[in-house]
Amino acid sequence: MSRRIVRRAGIGGWIAAAVVAVLAVLPWWVDASALRLVVEGICLLVLAQTWNLLAGYSGLVSVGQQAYVGLGGYALVTLADWGGVDPFLCVPLCGLIAALVSVPVSRIAFRFQGSYFAIGTWVIAEVFRLLVANTSALGGGSGQSLISMRAYPKALRESMTYWVALALLVLALASIYLVLRSRYGLGLTAMRDSEVAAASHGIDVARTKLAVYVAAALGAGMAGALYFTMNLRISPDAAFGVNWSAAIIFIVVIGGIGTLEGPIVGTLLFLALRESLAERGAWYMILLGLIAVMTMLACPRGLWTWIAERLDIRVFPVQRRVARANRAD
Amino acid sequence: MPTSASELVGWADTLLQGVLLGGLYALFAMGLSLAFGVMRLVNIAHGDLIVLASFAAIALGLGTGWGPLAAFLVIVPAMAALGYALQRLMLNRTLGGDALPPLLVTFGLSIVVQNGLLEAFSADPRGLGAGGLETASIRLTSGIAVGWLPLIVFAVAAAITLGLERTFGRTRYGRAFRAASDDPVTAELMGMSHRHVYALAMAVSLAIVAAAGIFLAMRTTVAPSDGPGYLLYAFEAVIIGGMGSFWGTWAGGIILGVVQGVGFRLDPGWGILAGHLACLAVLLIRPRGLFPRTRG
Amino acid sequence: MSPLLETRALTAFYGDFQALFGIDFEIDAGEVVAIVGANSAGKSTFLGAVCGLLRVSASQVLLDGDPVGGLPAHRIAAQGIALVPEGRRLFPSLTVEENLLAGGYLGRSGEWNLDRVYALFPALRARRRAFPEALSGGEQQMTAIGRALMANPRLLACDEISLGLAPVVVRDLYASLGDVARAGLSIIVVEQDVSLAQRVSHRLYCFQEGRVSLVGVSLSLTRAEISHAYFGV
Repeated sequence: MSRRIVRRAGIGGWIAAAVVAVLAVLPWWVDASALRLVVEGICLLVLAQTWNLLAGYSGLVSVGQQAYVGLGGYALVTLADWGGVDPFLCVPLCGLIAALVSVPVSRIAFRFQGSYFAIGTWVIAEVFRLLVANTSALGGGSGQSLISMRAYPKALRESMTYWVALALLVLALASIYLVLRSRYGLGLTAMRDSEVAAASHGIDVARTKLAVYVAAALGAGMAGALYFTMNLRISPDAAFGVNWSAAIIFIVVIGGIGTLEGPIVGTLLFLALRESLAERGAWYMILLGLIAVMTMLACPRGLWTWIAERLDIRVFPVQRRVARANRAD
Repeated sequence: MPTSASELVGWADTLLQGVLLGGLYALFAMGLSLAFGVMRLVNIAHGDLIVLASFAAIALGLGTGWGPLAAFLVIVPAMAALGYALQRLMLNRTLGGDALPPLLVTFGLSIVVQNGLLEAFSADPRGLGAGGLETASIRLTSGIAVGWLPLIVFAVAAAITLGLERTFGRTRYGRAFRAASDDPVTAELMGMSHRHVYALAMAVSLAIVAAAGIFLAMRTTVAPSDGPGYLLYAFEAVIIGGMGSFWGTWAGGIILGVVQGVGFRLDPGWGILAGHLACLAVLLIRPRGLFPRTRG
Repeated sequence: MSPLLETRALTAFYGDFQALFGIDFEIDAGEVVAIVGANSAGKSTFLGAVCGLLRVSASQVLLDGDPVGGLPAHRIAAQGIALVPEGRRLFPSLTVEENLLAGGYLGRSGEWNLDRVYALFPALRARRRAFPEALSGGEQQMTAIGRALMANPRLLACDEISLGLAPVVVRDLYASLGDVARAGLSIIVVEQDVSLAQRVSHRLYCFQEGRVSLVGVSLSLTRAEISHAYFGV
């Protein structure tokens, strides 16, 4: 039994390495707009993976991650345009800023009990949005452009954005994978299933929740900063819009909770749908919404999870199963 | 300190209009409070369903030429039926386990309703003509006028709150709502089908939503994307007012209306923000809300 | 004359776990039947299956000869089976009186109403506006039994009503139940206390690991027989 699991982890590892290799050489094969799409996909994927940690493992369903996406974006503008910090260095820095801010914010967010937490995080994101929209120094309601990026020639800027994105992707996936396979990850799963039971086994529920919340803010902050180094123009609606949560939710509905590859599948499908249907405007969104509703009614743990369970696919094994003891043991 | 009598009057007017606006917010919140209370359901599509009712009323008016009264007679029962079907066919299946499925299903529903309205009506804001009622007012003093419509909305909100309190506290169905909320399994043993009870609760919730939407369209213009904003107001009213009490929710709506009015007067960009901040402040100071229901 | 309630080869599962392995049971109108057995012998599961809380096949449970197995609990309640659940499970947001009224939700006709319940349990009348959390164990149990009676059932099922209560309280409860039985109501009593179960019932079943290990007229069963059936040794 154990040999099989190790081999499967090996497969996941090889696949991951192959994908990273392909992505690494992509700039020489495709044009700039395709690269931008990949970067955006990476931003969404990082967001979805950290949301997965929050909701799938810790039971904290947030509809307000856009608070930290926007914070990351505006921190980028502030640091890069005013502070003169290199924009690409800003990506991890903005993530850290978002993480730091999330600590006091969590004191408020965690006051929302149970299902109220979702809308509570949304309220908090709206507070961020309105505060920024009311601050003319940050461009007010109409936003502003990111000028520090103009220092870079276009081609270099686009490749740099891409490399930073790749680095972020590898870092995020690797760390989440390691966490989930560790004892800490087991604690997270326990917490989702029953806080009381988890606490009675010595898991510090409050600190774990805080850690996951901060980690999600870190990821969202970096994703936000990355997105706006590419986008060059930021506004409160684009930065703090609930569309970020809508995209994450769709990705998770398709990809499922509790696997590492689920959000990858979800992101790919989301972008594929968007790119092929976007001209249809509202119909594309209606379709997304219907898919989300139908999927959740039929497969509450996500479409990919449902498929994977039927076909017994485990690309990145992070689940634990109770194995029957071998007769020979 | 107000520096002149007219400023004082101005503030009094702001407060009064805020209270009246709060009546509308109380209507927004009442249906949400009911769904929370009975089914522990967080309906993310709540605001969008209010807007749906608004547009249904507008379409009805455009199509038939009938006035708002007809809208009430047609749309309130229609949305009650929609609520029953929605709960019975869709939402009941998501309840009772993980918190995730009901949130995701209602989020998907929200997207479908918003964009469906966008397709059907375009993004332009529309209003519902009320044959002059929108502007009719009573002049109290030279600086303060009270609109008839806001007054009616306020009164209807209070009446509905009273009705809900009475129903929950004294009737057979009210006991069924509370029992099914406490312990759906044991409620089944008493002969209460919790599927039916939950669906009834949703029917009442959406009936109130319908009334709120129709009044909204009379008071102001409505756009398809307005839904989420109203969900947040309803939610904030429930949080401010307190858990488990309809009068608490009503008070929460009033307070929210006043806070928004005051914030708006101080700086137009701060109106809605003030409401959000008030909600967070109440949560920090009194996590159970200002007027939670205490037992016994 | 067919029994009021009959189960034939009743099996029940919790997911993959089988809890009942073919229970044959019957109770006639006006009878008091006791079920004893160790914890997890399947006693509560049996009551749950009869009351519609568990999925079973239609023909495995017969009420007055009609198959009712598999009907949802609220339909079985409408047929006249009322359960006093283990742990009482009173509704916390309802007062004593409201809990009783909730029991009468279906409005089945019969002799039980608020006044009769208060006559049976006079102590409850003084506590009618109290909430369950303020009641003593005995008062809670009285409320739970009263709530079930308000449904005007044909069959009353009581799951471990003596649990956690002082002996004198238990004695009074069973005295009241005795009055109710003499009036013609059929009662199934699940009990931990075997000698108590023998004293209050006409017939007695013993369950062991999901099967019936003994059945007989209560007063004629010996201590040895019951021990043997109880523990399976």
